Amino acid sequence: MALLRYESQVRPPLVDGSKDYHQVTEDICRPVEAKPSRLWWMGFLISVALLIFGIVSVTMEVMYGTGQWNLNKTIGWGWDITNFVWWVGIGHAGTLISAILLLFRQGWRTGVNRAAEAMTIFAVMCAGQFPIWHMGRVWNAFFVLPYANTRGPLWVNFNSPLLWDVFAISTYFTVSLLFWYSGLLPDLATLRDRAKEKWRKAFYGVAAFGWTGSTKHWQRHEALSLVLAGLSTPLVLSVHTIVSFDFATSVVPGWHTTIFPPYFVAGAIFSGFAMVQTLLLVTRKVLALEDYITIEHIEVMNKVIVLTGSIVGIAYLTELFMAWYSHVDYEWFAFKENRLSLSSPYGWSYWLMMGCNVLSPQIFWFRKMRRNLLVTFFMSILVNIGMWFERFVIIVTSVYRDYLPSAWSTYYTPTIWEVGFYMGTFGLFFTCYFLFSKFFPVIALAEIKHILKRSGENYKEKMDEVEEETTEEFGGKHGHDHGA
Amino acid sequence: MAVKKFVVGNFDDEAVLFPAVKKVRRAGYKIHDVFTPFPIHGLDHAMGLRDTSLHTAGFIYGITGTTTAVSFITWALTVDWQLNFGGKPFFSLPAWIPITFELTVLFAAVGMVLTFCYLCQLAPFVKKDHFNPRSTDDTFVMALECTDKTNEAEVIGFLESIGAKEVKVDYKETGWWLGRYDKDTKRFEKKAEAVH
Repeated sequence: MALLRYESQVRPPLVDGSKDYHQVTEDICRPVEAKPSRLWWMGFLISVALLIFGIVSVTMEVMYGTGQWNLNKTIGWGWDITNFVWWVGIGHAGTLISAILLLFRQGWRTGVNRAAEAMTIFAVMCAGQFPIWHMGRVWNAFFVLPYANTRGPLWVNFNSPLLWDVFAISTYFTVSLLFWYSGLLPDLATLRDRAKEKWRKAFYGVAAFGWTGSTKHWQRHEALSLVLAGLSTPLVLSVHTIVSFDFATSVVPGWHTTIFPPYFVAGAIFSGFAMVQTLLLVTRKVLALEDYITIEHIEVMNKVIVLTGSIVGIAYLTELFMAWYSHVDYEWFAFKENRLSLSSPYGWSYWLMMGCNVLSPQIFWFRKMRRNLLVTFFMSILVNIGMWFERFVIIVTSVYRDYLPSAWSTYYTPTIWEVGFYMGTFGLFFTCYFLFSKFFPVIALAEIKHILKRSGENYKEKMDEVEEETTEEFGGKHGHDHGA
Repeated sequence: MAVKKFVVGNFDDEAVLFPAVKKVRRAGYKIHDVFTPFPIHGLDHAMGLRDTSLHTAGFIYGITGTTTAVSFITWALTVDWQLNFGGKPFFSLPAWIPITFELTVLFAAVGMVLTFCYLCQLAPFVKKDHFNPRSTDDTFVMALECTDKTNEAEVIGFLESIGAKEVKVDYKETGWWLGRYDKDTKRFEKKAEAVH
């Protein structure tokens, strides 16, 4: 017998039993020709059932989308970013009051600027918490900084609005802190010179940096304040502009609009002034500073609130109009179904926002209301609730129903830890404010003295008798005889 | 450290202080400094101080910030590590404007404050003296520096004649700061006796 291929004897046989060709045919055809066994039927039916279940599942997916699988990554931003934007917004009033109103030569700012600046700094500190802890792996937070690293070198993405935010918020915090503290130096020196207890002398001695009130120092101090005010003015506008870019440069319906920067800045000033009102109404009462934070200050800030509230209102209506006019289905859907419709899950929050931010401040068109402390206090709380809901509406109503209707089934509710984190920033904010109001002068002392002869009540009464002369004119008249 | 002698006049109204500064300078006395509780516009000119260049410094710091931002981002994104964002050009200046602006402001502000502190010699733990603690409250303090030839009585009489409420002779240590702020300003008078 000629072998086609040699097979070694040491290998075991591949076919057991002594089979001939026919036996092989018999053995292998038998199961096909015989009736299926009970075991076969059991296994087969289970398999078919699974297959049918699979077909039904895929049919459900085709009919209702991948949401049938609970694939769902819509709500990546919830309370955290809402709170971030809310706190940053509040942190705008201080710099607005101290910088922009300084450039506009608004004398009334002197009564409220120091406390408002402090509030700004504390609010920005609170705001900064949210993006940092939102990173999850917070120990890697320093990855946002562009430093020579061991990862490539892979630089941060300088084209990303989220990185712009890093620069904007940190610059804003630094500049606000410098502006606030350089303004505080002369007042801390006053406290140092009045100090009697040892710890006070030591504390304010260190804090005042050795300020003396020398004329040359005042000259430089004035120059510094003016330039810092000039720098802070575009800075404060840039910060909320850049925060709004986080949304506006994305392609999420309801976010992708060019109106966002001015709309956000107006909203920031609006909520910031409301928070200033809340704090100062309490501060002036508790610290008995009613003569410095007067009803005039309250009234003028209420005017700012009604102005900025109305700007925000116009912005709401404009984006609504643009959503309809653009003929973009997704954009219009976001507004019509997710926000305007009261039968939609979050419709209530849109109308709460409208009521608090647009309708309620309109009572400040009446002088009597503007000068009513109780109404002002109530309104300041209402506005801040409204402005919180503005951010909530923008973020959550846009992301909980995204382009993929499959993911719509979720109704976003915060967990206790999310709420607790937000409450914690209130703790941070008020702890700082309490320490500030105890250990630092809440009113800009030197600045008040500077305007006292112009705006002090006793001096105003004497004005009729006195020849009118500003300090600049006065200085000019008496100052330019250098050769003498 | 050497000890200098000063005649110190205290004024309680800036409206009296202005003409007084003018008269003192006309009489040829050397004003060491005037300490005021709040900034008085025009007093620097009245004293013949030159304008501060702090603005210019701030401008230079700002430009430095702009240059740093633009050149660093350009290098990082076009030379060192080119990232392709949907085929957009590597050199995408419009997207860098926000960071460039922020760094401009940051450099200008931080630089100016540091320069301000350096020029005025202000820092935590620095102690200085300004003749009268009430000069941070409600008193305008004018200090005239005395030389060996100065007739103190004459200077005191002159200051009183131009409206100073309280005039006295004071001794302070010299140095890059003048004297030092301390819990007891009188200790300098004791030191001064050694010089006499």
